[in-house]
Amino acid sequence: MSQSSAAPTSPIVEVPSIPAREIAPWALFFGLLGLLVLFFISADQGAVSIPSGNAIHEWVHDSRHLLGYPCH
Amino acid sequence: MTARAFLVRGLLVGLLAGFATFLVAHEVGEPHVETAIALEEASSAGDRAADAGHSHDEGTEVSRPDQRTWGLLTGSVAVGVAVGGIVALVAASVVGRIGRMSPGRSTALVSLIGFVSVALVPFLKYPATPPAVGSGDTIGDRTSYFFGFVLISVAFAAFSSLLAIRLIDDIGTYAAVLAGVGVYVVAVVVAGQLMPTVNEVGDFPADVLWYFRRASLITLATLWAVIGVGLTGLVGRLHRREADVVQRRALAATL
Repeated sequence: MSQSSAAPTSPIVEVPSIPAREIAPWALFFGLLGLLVLFFISADQGAVSIPSGNAIHEWVHDSRHLLGYPCH
Repeated sequence: MTARAFLVRGLLVGLLAGFATFLVAHEVGEPHVETAIALEEASSAGDRAADAGHSHDEGTEVSRPDQRTWGLLTGSVAVGVAVGGIVALVAASVVGRIGRMSPGRSTALVSLIGFVSVALVPFLKYPATPPAVGSGDTIGDRTSYFFGFVLISVAFAAFSSLLAIRLIDDIGTYAAVLAGVGVYVVAVVVAGQLMPTVNEVGDFPADVLWYFRRASLITLATLWAVIGVGLTGLVGRLHRREADVVQRRALAATL
């Protein structure tokens, strides 16, 4: 129980890695969701319009310019 | 460490980064956006009646006060959360796979490579343009060039990183990093030379253009810096906590 029994003073901490099969569903679903959000903010109703109109373009107009996306 | 633990932290940090980005964009960038719109309206005052909003097509019109506050906030927060989540998932998939790099350091590296390949390098080839610069007729081409170049940049960043990781054991860290960075730089320089240049500046004042572009780069840097610094801190803390638990269990097992 004494301090001296805490043997490994310079423990080489193993760096854990996450198995690919555990990450894959998270990466796929949230990666696609993230890209979809980026599409609506960065490019929608510029070159491509889903839905048609320009409400989204108008609303996020300034972030498009300031984040460096081609706006119009 | 789990994918979920990374994602939750990434989304949280991304939300914070979104608010920080909004504040910086609003304070640093908006004055130049306003100048550019004033110039645009002055030059087209003869063509059409001056209106309060900044609009190029028929249809919905959002007022300038809304665009530069709530609109800018919406865009900044959405991009912040999305980028934060994606960076966190990439960080989760490389943790423990880059040599013996600690989770905090590999997360910092992912953020740095992300900023350079997604934001900085595309900006150098296709820089942000203020309102009044850019013809509406070429938006299709300019959009494909920009996202095409982002795709090339990110693809080569990923390829170069994998190459460097593979080479570490054979040729050492210094030479492996040099090889990876070298491949990336050559690839984006060649791609940048081959892809068309967009120059629609016309007689837009050079000083306003520079102020706007500098502000835009500061905005992008803010987004990535908050995500990188925040996520690195949170992942580092998570790893230390889990390492402590492992150590305590090991100690308990020896008793």
